[in-house]
Amino acid sequence: MKSLTKQKPFDEVIQLSDQLNRVFLIGCGTCATMTKTGGINEVQAMKKSLQDEGKLVTGWVVLPMACDEMTAELLNENKKAVQDAQCIIVMACALGVQRINLYLPLPVIPALDTLFIGMEKSPGHFFEACAQCGQCILGETAGICPLTACHKGLLNGPCGGTDKGKCEVDPEKDCAFTLIYERLKEQGRLDLMRKYHPPKNYQVIPRPRESRLL
Amino acid sequence: MVSKLKQAMENGKFVITSEIGPPKGTDLEKMYHHIDLLKDKVDALNVTDHQSSVMRFPSIGGCLAIQELGGEPVLQLTCRDRNRIALQAELLLAYSKGIKNVLCLTGDAVPVGDHSQAKGIFDLDSVQLLHGVRQLEEGIDFGGNKLEGAVQFCAGATVTPEAEPIEPQLIKFEKKVAAGAEFFQTQAIYDLERFAKFMEFARQFPVKILAGIVLLSSAKMAQFMNDHVPGIFVPQELIDEMAAAPKGKALKKGIEIAGRTIAALKKESLCDGVHIMAINREEVVPEILAVAGL
Repeated sequence: MKSLTKQKPFDEVIQLSDQLNRVFLIGCGTCATMTKTGGINEVQAMKKSLQDEGKLVTGWVVLPMACDEMTAELLNENKKAVQDAQCIIVMACALGVQRINLYLPLPVIPALDTLFIGMEKSPGHFFEACAQCGQCILGETAGICPLTACHKGLLNGPCGGTDKGKCEVDPEKDCAFTLIYERLKEQGRLDLMRKYHPPKNYQVIPRPRESRLL
Repeated sequence: MVSKLKQAMENGKFVITSEIGPPKGTDLEKMYHHIDLLKDKVDALNVTDHQSSVMRFPSIGGCLAIQELGGEPVLQLTCRDRNRIALQAELLLAYSKGIKNVLCLTGDAVPVGDHSQAKGIFDLDSVQLLHGVRQLEEGIDFGGNKLEGAVQFCAGATVTPEAEPIEPQLIKFEKKVAAGAEFFQTQAIYDLERFAKFMEFARQFPVKILAGIVLLSSAKMAQFMNDHVPGIFVPQELIDEMAAAPKGKALKKGIEIAGRTIAALKKESLCDGVHIMAINREEVVPEILAVAGL
């Protein structure tokens, strides 16, 4: 499982950090390193680009895992350079941005857009597997989530936009219900496809969602 | 007052429905003209609901115009743009204004339309919406609360007889029947032998089937539908026939093909009626009916 990100256009980063000319730069050693959006190489390239724009980079660090609570200690180790900065530019997913935001009073600026939480299908090919809906139906859908894998998140079968197993929004995209159908058929469990799924409860945990283990 | 469409279907009439595409804007002149032209030639007129996810004048507005001119409207209601609260409100409004037919649809995907950044709602799907209509008829809303005044609709749905693979589509068809669909308007069909096979299956269920007739306007359009529109299969002979039409006569050929398809469906009692979709060419529907001998 990885948090998939892409870099924002550099102009947007400059616009978000307007008037904030002393910058501390943070990357992430986990997901953003793997997706080549916020690893050491990207952080160094960003440092150069910011300097070319006339910004002063007071320091930089690639945290092992920006969303982890260890981040507090690592920021503390870079206290001096952080305190010299007017803002923090974060090359991590939104979880990393928000984790850092918990610990620092400075403006925190994301340099990445967070796309989805994905699973790797083949090297470098990620797909969204779970919408974290709070009411898992994988047991009735051959282990394929229609809420996520169907563009419309339908529950009771394919729409009229499916064609030869593909989806109307993208001819490269598999139709979730064709996949579910084929797998249930293999398993001799097609009756599951005939089952009526009532309207979904979209308030299992009302947003913003929280869970307290203790 | 019971739905005239329902009465026609129950009386065993070969039912004719067609559709009106509302304008993009508030100039309703052309829409009123089309309604006026068709209302007495068909048993009911559907009004599309932002077809192909293109923002337009609303389906309910078109239905009210049909009522005004004394026609029989079918409200097309998709789950794309409204959550379950808004869908119910639309049904309450429609019923209160005397609209008695509703076609329950999932709706096209948002990215295929002209507001491709909009949020697709799909809080319900078409099967759940059909269930919901029946629940409102019991005087209970989707949240389980009692209504002050219920609704009553002749509720329909769609099916794609040429879908591939077909079995998931047929399973969904059965779910729609179980959810309370009384009639089906199908996606366009052109090959009667293949359609007859679908009808063999559909005849097991106590529902009326209106075959979808989409007017071919040129060989290019026919080929385009084959290549790009899910669930439509135009046989090569028909594409060749369209291509062989003299210059400027392709539309006339399309009208002839639509008319003779309808005549054959009726003669062979293959289905209970037809739903004619003359997308953007509503004015030729009377000609199609004339060719069909209706």
